[in-house]
Amino acid sequence: MGDLFEGYTLARPYGRPAWDEMFEAEGIPRAATQMLHDALQALPPDEFEARCAARDRSFTDRGITFQLSGEERPFPLDLIPRIISANEWALVAAGVAQRVRALEALLSDLYGPGRILEDRVLPRRLVTSSAHFHRAAWGIEPPNGVRVHVAGIDVVRGGDGRFYVLEDNIRCPSGVSYVIENRRMMARIFPELFASHRVESVQGYPAKLLEALRASAPSAVADPTVVVMTPGVYNSAFFEHSFLARQMGVELVEGRDLVCRSGRVYMRTVDGEERVDVIYRRVDDDFLDPLHFRSDSIVGCPGVVNAARAGNVTIANAVGNGVADDKLTYTYMPDIIRYYLNEEPLLPNVATYRLEDPDQLAHVLDHLDELVLKPVAGSGGYGILIGPQATELQLAHARHQIATDPRSWTAQQLVALSTSPTRVGDRLAPRHLDLRPFAINDGKDIWVLPGGLTRVALPQGSLVVNSSQGGGSKDTWITVGSDPAPTGIHFATRSVSDADSPPREASERAVRPEAGPAWDERERHHQQQQQQQQQQQQRIRAC
Amino acid sequence: MLSRIAEGLFWIGRYMERAEDTARILDVHIHHLLEAPVTSEGQLCQSLLAIMGVEIRDSAPKELTARRVTEILAFDADNPSSIVSSLLAARANARGVSEAISSEMWEALNATYNALPAHLELGRRNVPYAFFRFVRDRAAMVAGLSESSMSRDDAWRFFVLGRSLERVDMLTRLLSSAVVGSDPEHGRDRQPDWAMLLRSFSAHEAFLRSYRREPEPVTAVEFLLLDRLFPRSVFWALSTAEDCLAELDPRLGRAGMPDESRRTLGHLRTNLEFRRVDDLLEDLPSVLVAVQKGCAAASAALAARYFRYTNPIEWSSEVVGVES
Repeated sequence: MGDLFEGYTLARPYGRPAWDEMFEAEGIPRAATQMLHDALQALPPDEFEARCAARDRSFTDRGITFQLSGEERPFPLDLIPRIISANEWALVAAGVAQRVRALEALLSDLYGPGRILEDRVLPRRLVTSSAHFHRAAWGIEPPNGVRVHVAGIDVVRGGDGRFYVLEDNIRCPSGVSYVIENRRMMARIFPELFASHRVESVQGYPAKLLEALRASAPSAVADPTVVVMTPGVYNSAFFEHSFLARQMGVELVEGRDLVCRSGRVYMRTVDGEERVDVIYRRVDDDFLDPLHFRSDSIVGCPGVVNAARAGNVTIANAVGNGVADDKLTYTYMPDIIRYYLNEEPLLPNVATYRLEDPDQLAHVLDHLDELVLKPVAGSGGYGILIGPQATELQLAHARHQIATDPRSWTAQQLVALSTSPTRVGDRLAPRHLDLRPFAINDGKDIWVLPGGLTRVALPQGSLVVNSSQGGGSKDTWITVGSDPAPTGIHFATRSVSDADSPPREASERAVRPEAGPAWDERERHHQQQQQQQQQQQQRIRAC
Repeated sequence: MLSRIAEGLFWIGRYMERAEDTARILDVHIHHLLEAPVTSEGQLCQSLLAIMGVEIRDSAPKELTARRVTEILAFDADNPSSIVSSLLAARANARGVSEAISSEMWEALNATYNALPAHLELGRRNVPYAFFRFVRDRAAMVAGLSESSMSRDDAWRFFVLGRSLERVDMLTRLLSSAVVGSDPEHGRDRQPDWAMLLRSFSAHEAFLRSYRREPEPVTAVEFLLLDRLFPRSVFWALSTAEDCLAELDPRLGRAGMPDESRRTLGHLRTNLEFRRVDDLLEDLPSVLVAVQKGCAAASAALAARYFRYTNPIEWSSEVVGVES
């Protein structure tokens, strides 16, 4: 019986070598993953299977599941963590924070003076034709200037080992609950791996989020009431909504729990109506307020946008953010960063073609079989066409579509997404990954959660990682200090502070737990037994 | 706390208690039925269904068997008050309010739901006892976790309120079943097996410790209706519900009782507490019906006062000339 890595060969999608997160060459692990590799190699495959079963049982019992063709399945966490060294992470985190700063500046400009349009860095046409530019949000000035309270910036690692930004998500980015749950699960299932690695904690997220939400409350409120707003239990991300509300200790409301009156928002409680100051909504703009958007929405609350306009409530993330994470706006992001921040982008974009430009369109039409075609309005991995995988018929169809409606499509250079060993059957095989780091903006500071959600495409060769397309996930470890810990000595390397603190005085030591009568009984019983035996002996002697 | 959440908690309490008590009642009666002569089995089954408030149309009383009754009251997901339906409903409610209960409690309810299919199959394959045992164990676990992991705030009060009202309701049904079983009109004169009835609500040992002799009609009814110390007596459950209501709204006017549900429950309790037990026994069927009706009225008053939120409203836009 071989080890888990038996038969593991590095992936070469479409002839291009992909960056493997664990191996730098066939059979040779990278410095940062050496220890993890060795620990996994020492693990018998049946032991690994047993841990997978324990993981599934635990996820199922705790209701961390998703629906796949009508069946409830445990959340697909792959047990092999993905490691990013602290040095590499520092660049990603800085790049993500920079991106969020630029997006904030862009939104504040677009829903205000529109300087960037005057200066012709961004075409006005692009903004006005965006389905996510909402006039209802124009002129709403958020209390602490924050519109992007939470951002999820999707990054991928190319064959050259560099990280590229693939997509910005600043409407309702989801997945952070899985980051935290994945870590908790890993700590239970693989405690020994954590003993030999120093991994940055992800538990601080809910506290940071609550802090940022409180900071965004209307300024007149001293002790703001924050709520999480969900479309309801049938939403696929309901677990996350409930998780965040619980972890922050705030109410989870549905639209019908809220009521707006004279420009203020209240929730219906058993003590009557209670003021709400900050709504962390996980309901899309379109469904948020039937007065302004879709009037057939039954998951929204009529009047919240007007209340936000009156400055009586903060909606997080702000209404209308979609104009800035549009797939077309994405193509301008490097210029936007330079325009507002006067900085060079730390993380590059993936090369993308604007199909409205006739030259670029012509190029794309010629090279469609090498490119990735994405619908501008789409999300969740639907409608993506991967050139090298497509049939002639699909390509012909796509050519026709983009020629008739270029605004609805973008074309991207194919990135050979990096791979990581992933459980397939009873062995490990390379599968492609992306990464969604999460950033929180509290108005003073942008905090990036160390790690983020690594999504993995489970079908062989697939480059689409969305969970709606059969994707899995991995725990993402930001490891500090690359010097390998001496094997066999656990925990000591982790808690440096404990080792430094002086040994406790004897007087500080806790007293032993008190013993009840049962304990005394045993002592007495023992004594009784002894005495009885002595008596017996005496009697024998007396005879 | 949100009205919707309060209602969810109230119903988790009710459904779990209903599942547990139905399992307890069935456990006793299936045994009872199996020992009954074949001629009266149908009759007894019908009265059991009537007591549990289930109407049955598709089969004549004579065709009813213990197996069929178990199917209807325990396993049938189409019967809204069956054990399975109650467990499903408890879990569905918990899912909607899972941030308001502790995660351990949610896990216990969810794990019950996940284990249900396997136990259901086992129960249907002639081992209903194993299924009842499973239900009681899971209910005990949920109750224990609620006890040790919930703050004694309004969430707790609504949960306990639901549990207590349901307990009163189910206790009266259990007592009704005893009364019907002993009714000479139904075939033969069957003295109810009081020891077994007490045992089904885990009350037999407590009874023996308190009365120091085997139960008789008067003492058994006294214990299940009026005992001040035993947590599965009608009196205890009513008082607990009253206490919860008092803590939810401690305000009292100068005279009378402004809170409708509290007044109803107080009235029920005093009517039991301050009557002679012989009187109660003589009049038992109507006393039990009155208690059941009172509980329903109290529950309705509670909903009207605390669970006021709207169902989703669909808005339609007026067609204005300029719009296409």
